[in-house]
Amino acid sequence: MAGVTSRAQRIWNPIAIIAVVAATLIFLSPIYWIASTSIKPRTAATSVPPTVFFTPEITPYVKLFTKRVQAKQPPTQEEYDAAPWWEKLVYDGGERVLKVGDEPQLSQYPNRFFNSLIVATLSTILAVGMGTITAYGFSRFKVKGESDLLFFILSTRMLPPVVIAIPMYLMYRTFELNDTHLGLILLYVAFNLSFSVWLMKGFIDEIPKEYEEAALIDGYTRLQAFWKIVLPQAATGIAATAVFCFITAWNEYALALILTNRRAQTAPPFIPSQIGSGLPEWTVIAAGTVLFLLPVALFTFVLRNHLLRGVTFGAIRK
Amino acid sequence: MAVLARLDTSSPAAGRGWSDLTIRNVFIIPTIAFLIIFNIFPLLYSLGYSFTEYRVSLGKPPQFIGLANYRDLLSDPGIWSSFTTTAAYVIVSVGGQMIVGFGLALLLNRQFRLKGLVTTLLLLPMMLSPAVVGLFWKLLYDPSWGPVNYALGIGKFEWLSHPVNALFAVALTDIWMWAPFVMLLSLAGLSAVPKHLYEAAAIDRASGLYTFTRITLPLVAPILLIALIFRTMEAFKSFDLPFVMSTASVQTVSIRLYQMAFQGWDTGRASALAYIVLIAVIAITNVYVKYLNKVKER
Repeated sequence: MAGVTSRAQRIWNPIAIIAVVAATLIFLSPIYWIASTSIKPRTAATSVPPTVFFTPEITPYVKLFTKRVQAKQPPTQEEYDAAPWWEKLVYDGGERVLKVGDEPQLSQYPNRFFNSLIVATLSTILAVGMGTITAYGFSRFKVKGESDLLFFILSTRMLPPVVIAIPMYLMYRTFELNDTHLGLILLYVAFNLSFSVWLMKGFIDEIPKEYEEAALIDGYTRLQAFWKIVLPQAATGIAATAVFCFITAWNEYALALILTNRRAQTAPPFIPSQIGSGLPEWTVIAAGTVLFLLPVALFTFVLRNHLLRGVTFGAIRK
Repeated sequence: MAVLARLDTSSPAAGRGWSDLTIRNVFIIPTIAFLIIFNIFPLLYSLGYSFTEYRVSLGKPPQFIGLANYRDLLSDPGIWSSFTTTAAYVIVSVGGQMIVGFGLALLLNRQFRLKGLVTTLLLLPMMLSPAVVGLFWKLLYDPSWGPVNYALGIGKFEWLSHPVNALFAVALTDIWMWAPFVMLLSLAGLSAVPKHLYEAAAIDRASGLYTFTRITLPLVAPILLIALIFRTMEAFKSFDLPFVMSTASVQTVSIRLYQMAFQGWDTGRASALAYIVLIAVIAITNVYVKYLNKVKER
């Protein structure tokens, strides 16, 4: 467009840029609101009119991690003075931290967060590992009915989770896999595997075959060539695929809601369930939400150049 | 071995280590088997149950009743209404995503300093967990103290407890999440339009509208179609957002299915409904993959 810049373009460019910046601010405002709610004083979260300026506090995050009850009577001055800073914050809110002996009790949140971490990490490793070798198989060897098989693999990704959940629930009941980490991990592997095969096939197709062939002539076996030549070349692709799979598993809701309830429950079904009981503490819920969304927000920046490829299953590369 | 002729006969590795045939099988077969165990097998299992009267919650064994579940479902007005709710939801939310997403792409399709940052920030919503997004939009929509009502100055407007309002409110959240997806695809399409076409149009003093309808739109159309089909399929399956935000008012087919299977424990009937949904999804998937391959070949 360098040579010919029409007058219309010269006028429109600044207007469009202002519009797009305004749109970005509007798009980000819900995220800003939840983040700011997580550091608001309790009453400011649900005030009318909404509170925009306030003194930020860390209390919601302290409350997020501790098990608390309403204090029947305020702490004695001695108790208060002896308490660490975070316990003082809970006392200030008219509550006290539950303890067994001297050990403060944790809330359910860290446990659910940890479950999410285990399930997402292990399912990602399996899905990407299997996906990479399968993609290599499809990329380098002739496979009978290749396009049908690839269609079959992709189509498994499109199945509605609730449809799969009904028979899975029954089968898991038989094998005692309901409400276990293993059960959820296996399902997430199945869900992400198709994605990882398609995406990795795109990445491996781009690595010139000549590299391996040269290695084979040098006396490598094909497995050695795959291990020492192809995998390092595909490292970026593997990393991008892994991040996508991790985010999908991290965010998944329907299967986790249906197949877990206590032991293996992940954060997505847990976080919304908190508003079911009593008066919701929005600042605490917001704090939990922010911590949960933070890893994904960071990963989005890491992934930014691969997003297009990811959302089109590797079909569109640029 | 014949099928492997391409690499096998010429390969210097033939005879050393694992044969190519072994490697291919070891690399591919476990994945296919895994997907069959976790997707096809469960589907066959529930196909069986769809012809039975069965409740997991009771101890009684399933009883074969033929096509009765399907017949009952197709003549149940409640089921049809959840299909029409879903259709309305798909139209409003996907329609909105296409307009907002393509609009944003048109605005972004120029060089400026913060372009990379702005694009990435705009893409953030689609990466977030729908269940958690639904939860915090519930806070934003709160009738008495939510910032949405305050910003719009509309008093105590009930967004989520009224069926029609709730449909639009949930769709708006879905648009917020997924318009960036359409934007991302549209940007790819727009940047692939050869620049010389625009230069030629400028030299011919073609109007902006003419350039847009005759050059931009036709060339971006295939990729827009991909976005449209993919989002239609995803919106048709919608569960997380409407379930968290407004279970009672926006009863999509997936929510109906969930309630039938895991709240009513009507396993046989729910399996039949799952099959009805499945057939629709497979039909859309077929169309999607066909167009995906078409765009890939370009």
